[in-house]
Amino acid sequence: MSKTTATGTPTERAEDPDLGAAGSQLSTVPREELPNLPSLGVIGWARWFWRQLTSMRVALLLLLLLSLGAIPGSLIPQSGIDATKVADFRKTHTFLAPVYDKLGLFHVYSSVWFSAIYILLFVSLIGCIIPRTWQFIGQLRGRPPGAPKRLTRLPAYTTWRTGAEPEQVREAALALLKKRRFRAHLAGDAVAAEKGYLREVGNLAFHIALIVLLIAFAWGQLYKSEGNKLIVEGDGFSNTITQYDDFKSGNLFTTDDLVPFSFTLDKFTGTYESNGPNRGTPRTYQAALTYAKGAYGKDKKDLVKVNEPLHIGDAKVYLTAHGYAPVITVRDGKGNVVYHDAVPLLPLDSNVTSTGVVKVLDGYRNAQGVSEQIGISAFLLPTYTPGSETASTFPALDNPVLNLTPYHGDLGVDSGIPQSVYQLDKSHVKAYKDAKGQQLRDNLKPGQTMRLPNGAGSITYESTKEWANFQVVQQPGTTWALGGALVAIFGLAGSLFIQRRRVWVRATPGADGVTVVEMAGLGRSESAKVPDELGDLAAILYDRLPGAPEPGPADPADPADPADPADTDATSDAGSAEPDDTTTPDSTVVPAEGAEKQ
Amino acid sequence: MATNEHLANISNTLIYSAMGVYTLAFFTYIAEWTFGSRSRIGRTAAALTPEAKAKAAKAPSVTVQTAGGTAVLERPKVVVRSSAGARDVPDGPGAHGGDEKGDLYGRIAISLTVLAFLVHLGGVVARAASVERAPWGNMYEFNITFSTVAVAVYLGLLALKKNVRWLGLFLVTTVLLDLGIAVTVLYTASDQLVPALHSYWLYIHVSTAILCGAVFYVGAAGTLLYLFKDSYETKLENGGTPGRFATSFLERLPASSSLDKFSYRLNAAVFPLWTFTIIAGAIWAESAWGRYWGWDPKETWAFITWVAYACYLHARATAGWKGRKAAYLALIAFGCWLFNYYGVNIFVSGKHSYAGV
Repeated sequence: MSKTTATGTPTERAEDPDLGAAGSQLSTVPREELPNLPSLGVIGWARWFWRQLTSMRVALLLLLLLSLGAIPGSLIPQSGIDATKVADFRKTHTFLAPVYDKLGLFHVYSSVWFSAIYILLFVSLIGCIIPRTWQFIGQLRGRPPGAPKRLTRLPAYTTWRTGAEPEQVREAALALLKKRRFRAHLAGDAVAAEKGYLREVGNLAFHIALIVLLIAFAWGQLYKSEGNKLIVEGDGFSNTITQYDDFKSGNLFTTDDLVPFSFTLDKFTGTYESNGPNRGTPRTYQAALTYAKGAYGKDKKDLVKVNEPLHIGDAKVYLTAHGYAPVITVRDGKGNVVYHDAVPLLPLDSNVTSTGVVKVLDGYRNAQGVSEQIGISAFLLPTYTPGSETASTFPALDNPVLNLTPYHGDLGVDSGIPQSVYQLDKSHVKAYKDAKGQQLRDNLKPGQTMRLPNGAGSITYESTKEWANFQVVQQPGTTWALGGALVAIFGLAGSLFIQRRRVWVRATPGADGVTVVEMAGLGRSESAKVPDELGDLAAILYDRLPGAPEPGPADPADPADPADPADTDATSDAGSAEPDDTTTPDSTVVPAEGAEKQ
Repeated sequence: MATNEHLANISNTLIYSAMGVYTLAFFTYIAEWTFGSRSRIGRTAAALTPEAKAKAAKAPSVTVQTAGGTAVLERPKVVVRSSAGARDVPDGPGAHGGDEKGDLYGRIAISLTVLAFLVHLGGVVARAASVERAPWGNMYEFNITFSTVAVAVYLGLLALKKNVRWLGLFLVTTVLLDLGIAVTVLYTASDQLVPALHSYWLYIHVSTAILCGAVFYVGAAGTLLYLFKDSYETKLENGGTPGRFATSFLERLPASSSLDKFSYRLNAAVFPLWTFTIIAGAIWAESAWGRYWGWDPKETWAFITWVAYACYLHARATAGWKGRKAAYLALIAFGCWLFNYYGVNIFVSGKHSYAGV
């Protein structure tokens, strides 16, 4: 950007300190003058910004940022995936947690900065795709460009002389290329042909499919609803928000969007491998439901299995977990039944060793007649094998043993603070003591009863029911997302594997009435297929228009470029001198795909 | 029970035997390289002396190939030119450097690799038979299957007569490392799959992941060697003298542009399959977990790997990012793939944590 000036202003020369007044006239130091650029107005800056945003370089940068930005979401607990982990993190990392909160790192994928990255990326994508689509349509409406003057400069070139007339040659070439599904036409003394438009079609389809994917995903997230419900055999469920155990939904979801249906869990069946290396893995794992659509729909029966949800309208009912619910009867000292229900216990391992709490909240009066609450810690081994006291050995109910530890007092449920159904708050309860003065706990088989001391009552383990956990999900846009994904794959494959190339065949009359045939091929991106294809075409054309004898050595019509060196590497290994990717040999030829002068 | 223990023992024996044969192949490859270092032909160096470069700058390299197979003399010859400015460097002769003894050892090494591959494959099949399911239910099985596929890719490329013999030593080293980690740190007796994994998607999603990983690995190996060869060629171009070891070793590798093209083709060819792997995973997640995308750590890192390879592909089409910069991106992308496998399975907990460790 420097200009040399033969004459500078007199003041500048005079002020040159090193050389003094006389010497400065001799100085040939180039004088730096600021270039005289016009100032950009707002529109100018906007244009510049847009141009930069839609450039490949910025797209690259945004892609890099996107992958970098996704990393913290995989390493830091995310509130959308596991809220308890986030809460634990907040408790243990008192310094980092507020920092993360400020940066939105507990919900990275819905945070402002992550959204900014992918929104900018998609704006860049759209801003690039639209002009490119327009350009492509223009190419489709137009015709393949005519032959360059010097075909010898193209990556693949061949020539021979034939006795046929130039028109014959051109007709033959046109027919051959058309048969090979090139778009071909006569252009002056040559035939111009092009093939491989599906590459660009694939490229555009892929990028547009990404936009469709994004919109479908965002739509699904906004209108999504997902809830869990644990149901014991025999119980039912209606799809209203109050019945869910837990529920979360997208921002634009309203409870009116819930599909109205109800179902009853008739039976859960789980059978397991009893032998072999996969002992204990489920062979069947299914829930038999009777369901009805709407408030007045007819009952229908269906089976829900893991990986096979039940579709009711837009809702999908998934079977996600299962466990056992022992049926417990609690009687007070007088023999009145104060509690009789199936209590779901939560599994701890793959053999469904389970734990939970039986809570008798009302109706129990102790031996003194005082109203109390009873909490019983329950621990179930579906298959008890002597020797393995704390873990079940098989998931089925082969030999169930229920360990019960009762407590009495105040369970804390009347305080207004929510507590887990599966956990016992022991702060205001007392354990019972057995005859030896130890804490009372007992192991019961189905049908057995344990007595509470001093006439406090009894607990009976009647039988065991099974429960199943269902997840009800509504998420629109999944079909669009799938469609977008499939189009993306096929478009991507097309854009990477199909070669876009042009072939020209020129026939000019040479000396001695012979016609000089020249064929050349140019690929959009370099590949061995272009010379191979040219070779095939040349072979076929040569068969139709066979060569004429060579002329004398002083033939002026020799089309070889005199600047070509005689240096030819005579190896017939076509692969070893592959041209470099995406650079073109001749600046007059259309620049390679995506190459930019930035 | 007796059958599956028997098969499991057979599998372990076969895997250890395969490691033994791979070690033999490893030493034979080293012998090939050692004997090949006797060759003194400096093809790259000759092509990149300042005089040769001045000549090349004016005239792009030209090869002649014959059109059609038969009747060579009568067919028109197709003249292929590389673009001006590209280095006109011939491919190196391979590890054996043209030395006969080296070449012999090279062929022995390949035969040993084939034998090791067959034993290895037997070990994988025996493991699958002993657990009665696909041999990729935990990290141990994934590792042994992955290395089998990587060797299969190498042997497949050799069978297609591609110029990949130079890859032999690096491949065998990686396979030995991979199997070593598998049998020591990752080994588990046969494990049970959780119910959600009981789906035919296990065969589709994980098998494509293994194939993609193996091809990405071969591409990454090519990219790494490309970077070395490229600095070597640049040094020669600028009149420098690389060290003796660098000269001896890098001289025998293919030209940097061939290596670059090799890696690009592999990465680009398998990128659609990686896209399919992610989508297959999403479809499976939809039927197993109720949502097709939940930013689970494994899902996230598969996505990051995909974006990183997309970056690489974009870089190859951007002026100023071709060549070395794109190569670095490819290596970063493969690093993401490795973290996706080792890092996420071992260090991060999420829905994919049943991978065994």
